[in-house]
Amino acid sequence: MTEEIIIAGFGGQGVLSMGKILAYSGIMQDQEVSWMPSYGPEMRGGTANVTVILSDERISSPYLKVFDTAIILNQQSMDKFEESVKPGGILLYEPNGISQHPTRTDINIYQIDGNKISTEMGNKKIFNMVVLGAYLKIKPTVELNNVIEGLKKSLPERYHHLIPLNEEAITKGMNSVKLYTIENQVC
Amino acid sequence: MSELKLMKGNEALAEAAIRAGVDAYFGYPITPQSEVIEYLMTERPEDRTGMVVLQAESEIAAINMVYGAASTGKKVLTSSSSPGISLKLEGISYLAGAELPAVIVNVVRGGPGLGTIQPSQADYFQSVKGGGHGDYKLYVLAPASVQEMADFVEDAFDIAFKYRAPVLILSDGLIGQMMEKVFLKDQQERLTDEEVIKRHDSWAVTGKTNRERNIITSLDLQSEKMEARVRRLMKKYEQMEKEDLRYEEYQTEDAEYLFVAYGSSARIAQKAVQLARAKGIKAGLLRPITLFPYPKQVLFDLADQVKGILSVELNAGQMVEDVRLSVEHKVPVEHFGRTGGIIHTPEEVLEALELKIINNECIRHH
Repeated sequence: MTEEIIIAGFGGQGVLSMGKILAYSGIMQDQEVSWMPSYGPEMRGGTANVTVILSDERISSPYLKVFDTAIILNQQSMDKFEESVKPGGILLYEPNGISQHPTRTDINIYQIDGNKISTEMGNKKIFNMVVLGAYLKIKPTVELNNVIEGLKKSLPERYHHLIPLNEEAITKGMNSVKLYTIENQVC
Repeated sequence: MSELKLMKGNEALAEAAIRAGVDAYFGYPITPQSEVIEYLMTERPEDRTGMVVLQAESEIAAINMVYGAASTGKKVLTSSSSPGISLKLEGISYLAGAELPAVIVNVVRGGPGLGTIQPSQADYFQSVKGGGHGDYKLYVLAPASVQEMADFVEDAFDIAFKYRAPVLILSDGLIGQMMEKVFLKDQQERLTDEEVIKRHDSWAVTGKTNRERNIITSLDLQSEKMEARVRRLMKKYEQMEKEDLRYEEYQTEDAEYLFVAYGSSARIAQKAVQLARAKGIKAGLLRPITLFPYPKQVLFDLADQVKGILSVELNAGQMVEDVRLSVEHKVPVEHFGRTGGIIHTPEEVLEALELKIINNECIRHH
């Protein structure tokens, strides 16, 4: 198994940390992992993306052109990465702030309303965990208990009391992800 | 026993330096290398092993601190990125001339000038063709993974002390910034002053006791003596070529076409090999792990087997010259690489092989 993922959105949305937790979760189940961020002048409000690869084999290129899964959190990233999903692959996106919805018919498209769910839960910071949950529902590449172990590894100990909240956010994400079809598109 | 972690290449290198029992690090921050000094400052290795970590006032100060500390037989490390390495070159030439062991890390960014902070491999010439002035070479290790960023620290010091010569770890922004699994070795004790004296008293300035005084200098105004020194250096480089060449072959056994790539480009070319084979093109990869010494003979021999070679580098064509020198016109050799901080994709690399090597065959044959 090799899963090649791009996660892209605004800086501050937790793009890089979502990727890091995914990578840690992969390590927890003995997978090879790589996490390659876009780095540079990007910061809060700018764009940020990270390529995460989980594999049972040694990973070759950490930098890719096409992906099995794209997790898209803003319009700029949609413009850039919709085309990079492999045919038959997955595009999961957060519809807030998206004006041009995806149009490809050769991929599977899903929506997760991470903003709404995290706001309802009273903590916008767990937005990325809601999205991660949605992804794991579509593609259970890593097991939930390994994600929790991954969280323990990647979060400083002073934040460990927040792990149950993160787990709840992941579960909410799992239960709220929706298949998006061109028919149910709101024009 | 080793410890498994998820780390950036830069962090893994810094942690490995502490664990390898390095005595001192002198550096100055610059993207995309800054995590090295940031990690060391956060980890406070002076509390763990007594290792000195100092942010110098400039790259030039840092490399001269390396010169001073290396003169005493201690294990000394510095790191920077391209423009900072340019500043260090005078000091690196002096280290080579004075025959001092030290490890220098370059996490390359795009140039020339201030260039870009994004990944690049445009410092190949600077690394293997001197860089600084005079007849010298650096032993150059090119890591292609976070694991190698960690492992090469100890390897580099082994070579530096074996030959009493500066060693360069040539990384880049991609390997420095990415995170992968890394197995970290157990902590090695730093050598005590007594142990350093015992090992290096023949040359290092360890405090004169009952011996002739040791003088560390790169200056020799008597031409015969200076020539003898240069000859001694050349002997070391010959020995490095004989004993310490490192490279890796990937799917070369039946390869008809060959990629040559090091560091981050080797990872990308490895994927290009997989994509090529999925299309029925028998491609393989030679990854030089040391850029000096260079796997000249390996390439010369592979040129009898393959129809063409593509040198894949994140630059405008540097290592390709060494590939051509190695294969002595036996087969066509072309270059492909993006610059300016753009990273080529595996698909682009394969396309370049098809365009520049495979599709050109019929033209060449007629």
